[in-house]
Amino acid sequence: MNGTDGAAAQSGRGDAAASDHLLASVIREESARIVAALTRWLGSLDLAEESVAEAIEEAVREWRTRGVPPNPGGWLTQAARHNALDRLRREKRYREKLALLADPAEAAPLTGTGTGEPDERLPLLFGCCHPAISPDAQLALTLRAICGLTTAQIARATLTPESTVAQRIVRAKRKIGATGIPLRIPEGSERAARLDIVLTVVSVMYNEAHLVAGGDAAADRDLADDAVWLARVVAHELPREAEAQGLLALLLFHRAREGARAVDGELVLLADQDRARWDRRLIAEAQAVLEKAAKLRRPGRWQLHAAIAACHSDTRDGGDTDWLQVLTLYDMLLAYDRSPVVRLNRAVALAEVDGPQAALDEVDALGRALTGYHLWHAVRARMLRLLGRRDEAMAEDLRALELTANEAERRLLEARVDR
Amino acid sequence: MKYVIMFTTTPELEAAASPELVEQAYRRTYDWFGTHREVMTESGAQLQPVATATTVSSGGDEPVVADGPFSEAREVIGGFQVIDVPDLDAAIAIVKTWPLLELPGVAVEIRPIVVY
Repeated sequence: MNGTDGAAAQSGRGDAAASDHLLASVIREESARIVAALTRWLGSLDLAEESVAEAIEEAVREWRTRGVPPNPGGWLTQAARHNALDRLRREKRYREKLALLADPAEAAPLTGTGTGEPDERLPLLFGCCHPAISPDAQLALTLRAICGLTTAQIARATLTPESTVAQRIVRAKRKIGATGIPLRIPEGSERAARLDIVLTVVSVMYNEAHLVAGGDAAADRDLADDAVWLARVVAHELPREAEAQGLLALLLFHRAREGARAVDGELVLLADQDRARWDRRLIAEAQAVLEKAAKLRRPGRWQLHAAIAACHSDTRDGGDTDWLQVLTLYDMLLAYDRSPVVRLNRAVALAEVDGPQAALDEVDALGRALTGYHLWHAVRARMLRLLGRRDEAMAEDLRALELTANEAERRLLEARVDR
Repeated sequence: MKYVIMFTTTPELEAAASPELVEQAYRRTYDWFGTHREVMTESGAQLQPVATATTVSSGGDEPVVADGPFSEAREVIGGFQVIDVPDLDAAIAIVKTWPLLELPGVAVEIRPIVVY
């Protein structure tokens, strides 16, 4: 998990797209470590994070024209350190902090990537995901401080105005400083609750990537890659946390299907996907991670989501899916997550086991919570169509079409309405 | 860091809870203050009921004095305490054990104090 070796870094010279991809992975790998280290020395996340963000913007400009330097981590660290120094000078607190920044003994560990040391990225991540920060800001701050996305990239990736993103990040950083939110991994009973928020943020990050995938926003960072990377970091650093493994397994199952899910910018539903396009290597890895999680004997919602994804991955074609198993897993999942969206997904499995009428009853029961959610209307349309109620089905599909904000989903629904 | 913790309550909801539950919870608040004595500063207090509140707000020519609490909100502040603990997590951990949280409509707000 170290993207900083010089040979790989230099191969990005030339081809701009390849260099950007490499640059993204280098930044992802390095930024949280540098933010964490600078925060420790400066005592301010705000100052550390601003300095690193500025260094990243500089790197994007420099590296595109001159290529990625042999030691990109060191480059970013130096740039961030200079920026911090400039900011301190401007803030006139220069004198107090200068000694700390200039001390070469203190500075040395910054350039390394902390071999053997406990990973400093996780305390930062747990701080960014503190429950005292709003969920929107948790996501924006994590993308910025941990993954090293610029404000503009976050805005594009989450379909949010740039000014809103900037405001969320500024407020969240101020809140951490002013409120005394500690940057550390909580212990005891707090830990599971906070880990749950961290994992939720990572999963939202992955889902946000899907909002853009196939759409018309030109993503210059693949948020799905960032999410998988972050899930790997958490799972690797917390090997005894079953749910951290569960989420990683889930994202790997989904990632494995990406090539079949979006073909030439068009969405393909699970049942219609060409399974030859599934990445078998990723599926095998996902299965291994899920087995590792199961051995810890602490079930939870992410492991159950992953187990459901595993059921779909086991089939050669959509026709031999073990729906009874899927439904059973959804029933178990309800014990952890009774959200209407989980119940809607369960209804799809229920249709396969008990028929469309049972599923439609269930879907209708969710109407109060989900009216206006395009997938509720799309699922309802499917059940009505299976029951032969074509006109009603068409009306629901049209409603779903009105409600979806995603270009690829819109085309999929249009094709269904035209048929 | 010093934090003010503000104990809020929703009088109507509290009135609806069983008297035994209310009495038992109030009795344990006494022990709670004892348990956390070392982080409590001198400046805490319980407040008289919200019906005693008078609000002075900015007006046209001069401040306006009116009957009642700050807002029309149903929640009202019943008392406050200043605590001195290392960070927000420590404050949250203490506040989570506030016995009156067992009663409906009770919430506690935590706010850091500005240090100059």
